[in-house]
Amino acid sequence: MTILELTALVWCGSLLAGFVGSLTGLGGGVVLTPLLTLLFGIDIRYAIGAAIVSVIATSSGAAAAYVREGFSNIRIGMLLEIATTLGAVVGASLAVRLPTTAIAIIFALVLLYSAYASTQIDHTKEAQGEPDRLTRYFKLDSSFPTPEGPRFYRVYNVGAGSGMMFGAGVLSGLLGIGAGAMKVIAMDQVMRIPFKVSTTTSNFMIGVTAAASAGVYLQRGYIDPGLAFPVMVGVLLGSLLGARLLPAAKTRVLRKVFAGAIAALAVEMLVQALRGKM
Amino acid sequence: MIIASKPSGWTDERVERVIGQLLRLGVTLSATVVVLGGAVYLVRHGIEAPHYGIFRGEPTGLRNISGILGQVRDWRGRGIIQLGLLVLIATPVARVAFSVVAFALERDRLYVVVTLIVLAVLAFSLAGGHL
Repeated sequence: MTILELTALVWCGSLLAGFVGSLTGLGGGVVLTPLLTLLFGIDIRYAIGAAIVSVIATSSGAAAAYVREGFSNIRIGMLLEIATTLGAVVGASLAVRLPTTAIAIIFALVLLYSAYASTQIDHTKEAQGEPDRLTRYFKLDSSFPTPEGPRFYRVYNVGAGSGMMFGAGVLSGLLGIGAGAMKVIAMDQVMRIPFKVSTTTSNFMIGVTAAASAGVYLQRGYIDPGLAFPVMVGVLLGSLLGARLLPAAKTRVLRKVFAGAIAALAVEMLVQALRGKM
Repeated sequence: MIIASKPSGWTDERVERVIGQLLRLGVTLSATVVVLGGAVYLVRHGIEAPHYGIFRGEPTGLRNISGILGQVRDWRGRGIIQLGLLVLIATPVARVAFSVVAFALERDRLYVVVTLIVLAVLAFSLAGGHL
C-alpha cells in the first residue's frame, strides 16, 4: 500500500467516524483510535496524536453553532477548565510514560463504559436547597432561554464537579479523546446544571482541554502530519455532514447501533492488547 | 445572574458570538493550510510506503515552532501541514486569551484571574512542559 492509498482510506474512515460521531452526539474521536490501530495497524501513539487533533477541530467547529444559541455558561466552563486542563497535562504526561499495552487496555475499558453509558438517557435532577458557597463566590448561577422566557438555574457541588472534570481531563490527555460524556455527567448529574447547558458548555470546553494535551503530544512527536492531514479533513467533513442530517435522524436508534459497534471495537482492542499486539 | 448590560456594552451573548466566529475562523484557516500542505506532501511522497506501524516519533523539525517554520520555508509538505495544526491548536488558546480581554472589559477581576490560570496551563503545555 502506498501513502496515497493509505491517506485515502484513512480519510474515508475518518469521514465515517466524524459523521457517526456528530449524528449520535457521541463524538468521532472515540471511534477513531480503534479504527486506526485495529484496521490500519497504525501504532497507537500516532493514532492518539491524530485523534486529539480531530477532537480540537470538531469541537471548535461545532462550538461556533452552540455558542450562538445562548445556552453555554462561559463562567462555569472557564472555571472548570482549570481542572480539565490540569488533568489533560497530567494525562498526556502519563501517556508518554505508560506502555502502549496499558494505554490500549484503558482505552478499551473506557470504550466499553461509553458504550454502556450512551444507552442511558439521563434527566437532570431538579434540585432545591442551599446553593454551594463556591457557586455564589464564582457567580455561577445563570439562566438560559426557553420559549417561555429565561429559566434560572443554580449550580451545586462545585468541588465534586471540579474533581470529575480533572478526571475527564486526565482521560482526554491519556487517550486522545474529548471525554465530553464525562464532562456532561459531571455538570448534569453532580452539579445539577440543566442538560442543554451541560452539553453545550461541554462542547465548548472540549477543544481547550484537547489543546492542553496536544501541546505535550506535539513535543513528544506523536503528531504525524501525514496522518493528521486526512484524519482532520475527514472528521471535519464527516461531522459537518452529520450535523446537516441531524434533524432527520432517529438518534435513539443510532445510539444503540453505535454503542454496539464501539463495544465490539472495545472487545477487539482488549483482545489485541492482551495478546501483546498493541 | 441574568444577562445584563455591562459598562462597555459587552454582554455575555456578544462575547459568546465573537468567540464562535473566532473559533470558526481558526478552524477554517487551519484546514486550508493543512489541505495545502497535504497536497504538496502527497505530490512528493504519495508513491512511497507508509511507516505508521512502527513508532519512531516525529523528527525534531516537526515538533516545535522554529523547526516547523523552517520546514515551511523549504516548502516541505509535512511542515506546512504541521503549521496548519499549530494554527488549529492555537485556536482554542486564542479563545481563552480573548476571554481574558472580555472579562477585563466587563470589569470581572475574578474571572480575569481564573482565565489567566487556564491560559498559563495551556502555555506550559505548549512550551513543552509536562510532568
